[in-house]
Amino acid sequence: MSDNQNSAGGVPTTGHVWDDDLGDLTNQPPRWWMLGLTASAIWVVVYWLMYPSIPFATSGDFFKGVGLPATGQWSAIKELAEDQAVLDAVRKPYEDKLKDMTPAAILADSELSEYVTRSGKVLFSDNCAACHGQNGVGSEQKGAKFAVREQGLMAPVLLDDDWLYGGKVDDIHTSITGGRQGMMMAHKDMLSDAELDTLANAVAAGNPASTPLFAEKGCTACHGADGKGVAAMGSANLTGKIWRFDGSVEGIKQTIKFGVNSGDAESRDAVMPNFTEAGKLSVVDMKKLAVYVYKFGGGQAEAVAPVVEAAAVSAVADAAPVAE
Amino acid sequence: MSELGKKTEVGSVTGLYSEHVEWSTNLGDATIHAKRMPGRFRTLKYITESFWLIFFFGAYLRWNGKQALLLDVNNRQFHIFNLTILPQDIWMVSLLLLLLAMALFAITSVASRVFCGFFCFQTAWVDLFTWVEEKIEGNPNKRHKLDAAPWNGEKIRKKVLKHVIWLAISVFTGISFTIWFVDAFQYWRDLLSFNLSMLEWVTLISFTLGTYFLAGFLREQTCLWLCPYARIQAVMADSQTILPAYDVSRGEPRGKLRQAGKVVEQQGDCIDCFQCVQVCPTGVDIRDGQQLGCITCGVCLDACDSVMDKIGRPRGLIRYASLDELEGRPVKKLYQHPRTWVYVVILLLALGGIIYGLNHLGSLTLRVAPERQPLFVRMSDGSIQNKYTFKVLNKTDHNLHVNVKADGGIKGQVLVGIEEPKLVTHGKATSFTIFVKAPDENILKEVTKIVFRVENVEDPTMAAEYTTMFNAPKR
Repeated sequence: MSDNQNSAGGVPTTGHVWDDDLGDLTNQPPRWWMLGLTASAIWVVVYWLMYPSIPFATSGDFFKGVGLPATGQWSAIKELAEDQAVLDAVRKPYEDKLKDMTPAAILADSELSEYVTRSGKVLFSDNCAACHGQNGVGSEQKGAKFAVREQGLMAPVLLDDDWLYGGKVDDIHTSITGGRQGMMMAHKDMLSDAELDTLANAVAAGNPASTPLFAEKGCTACHGADGKGVAAMGSANLTGKIWRFDGSVEGIKQTIKFGVNSGDAESRDAVMPNFTEAGKLSVVDMKKLAVYVYKFGGGQAEAVAPVVEAAAVSAVADAAPVAE
Repeated sequence: MSELGKKTEVGSVTGLYSEHVEWSTNLGDATIHAKRMPGRFRTLKYITESFWLIFFFGAYLRWNGKQALLLDVNNRQFHIFNLTILPQDIWMVSLLLLLLAMALFAITSVASRVFCGFFCFQTAWVDLFTWVEEKIEGNPNKRHKLDAAPWNGEKIRKKVLKHVIWLAISVFTGISFTIWFVDAFQYWRDLLSFNLSMLEWVTLISFTLGTYFLAGFLREQTCLWLCPYARIQAVMADSQTILPAYDVSRGEPRGKLRQAGKVVEQQGDCIDCFQCVQVCPTGVDIRDGQQLGCITCGVCLDACDSVMDKIGRPRGLIRYASLDELEGRPVKKLYQHPRTWVYVVILLLALGGIIYGLNHLGSLTLRVAPERQPLFVRMSDGSIQNKYTFKVLNKTDHNLHVNVKADGGIKGQVLVGIEEPKLVTHGKATSFTIFVKAPDENILKEVTKIVFRVENVEDPTMAAEYTTMFNAPKR
């Protein structure tokens, strides 16, 4: 009697038996399985040769692979470029049209203005949101960590209908392409404390013209006789509910005393960069941004005539592209 | 020295498995060539299987110049005659699946695997394939002989012809499947000019090979070893379920009608003629009782009845009967079956949901998203403005213009951006922006309810509403 059996029903075993009759079979895997394993091993080698696989750490180079039959050597950059080309192809018809259109004409075309609104979001977040806040909500600076001259909005809120330089889409476009830098001189040497106090309180109440000082001290020259501001100069509307800088009495005093971009050490700074000079944005990008900002909700519609004119321009532009 | 052979007596481990000797398993080693016999259930089976003609020809139906039934997955919409079902309504498909599942459950609990025996595509296609086989190769006897015969011109001719026809049916099946998802006539044009897309080729080839392999070769093995429904349905049958069953008490002891030339007395009605086994498409012996392999197609009832007629005994030795009936327990009425009622109630709920959904599809759907950053904007005159993004889904088949209106909200509010009717493109969600400006002094609460309504300019009854909020600074 032997525990060493090499066969159970014709199947080879390891020769060990447990619990009287349990053998350990040494069956070969099925042929198809073995073929699959061999094929996989061969495929590994083929795959390894086709694609970039061996880095040469010392030379800073790598084995670039022999490439694929149809498309040649593979690289991640190439794949990215291909994906990008697909996107660009989708955008091209729109981008081509935008080149020759004015912002007003883009705004009048519902399909294009929809396209611009979508692509404008990224542009705005990358280039504008740092000062104007995400979605143009503005970024308010207050509290002890800011000097008095820094308190208030860092840059204007773009959602409301109060515009220093006008809220028509072309005005907005001009502000982007050319930048803006308003100027209000420092009045600290021209006003007594009492006068400053009277003026500041009248402005804070929304009715600057109520004090004769407003005209006497020359405020009207820039802000207009009624204090509503002059868009051509970028002077603020002092009668509205919206404040470019700190709207408290103290804040208004600060502005009057030291001015805006006046060169005084205590002056408020308010500079919108010139994006054409900055060179970061293309001509089309700036048009897109103008329309995008206009559509935030504060944009002022053109009078009827210019819109019609703009539509006519766009029709001409569609027929035969005209260089700007 | 062979120890294993001796260890099979009771008490050892291998003894546990001794009963496997009596367990016969159809592993598909031998092809089953079932006999075709005319009869009630055979006719019924032909009628129910012809349901699949819809599968072959339904997609060619046109309606208003377009395909009447089109599951346009590419464009994410289903067209059913005048109805267009967009992804937003796809919840109804889940109800439809529930309905179909419950219908299957309910029918199975009443009359066992009716689906398997009479409607299943596997059953239907195998039936078609074996019908072709019988026309070419003859009856089951001839087929067995042909399979065993050495290859010669005749055998090659018959086999080639059979496989060519099988493949033709398979290709047609593949085509017929695909044309439910693309325009049928365009598909044929593309196919005949070898201009199909990659996906269309892959679908066609995989369905062709699948049909050819499953219906031509795998056959009943599919029901036995592949199909999950075959297994699931067994648990829905109980002692009240009627199914094709052999009446043991009447049939046994079975035996040949005549032995040594004379009629044998005192035996059951079963004359052991094996007709019921020969006609069975899955090769089971119904006299062994209900079993996994039985798809309850009823052809053995036809076979047995015809034999009973010949030997002058009453029909119904094999008949649709419940376990209760066969074992002599009182037979309950059909409605005394709570389980079926549960299935039916769920089925009706699903059906109700679908009917509700179809009646409330509407032509317009409105979603309004209030701007969240910022929630509101103060304007230079002190009023508060909210921004809303409208998404209007136009489910009609043409472009529409809609007017926007608002209910509720703030006294003296002005809607900005509604001066001109909005164009909403059909089959798409069109989005546009609306502003609502309200005087600060009229705002009483931080959050006020506002209901927006879009109306078709030409037909104001075609409208959709959406309730949302008007946000303001803290009061």
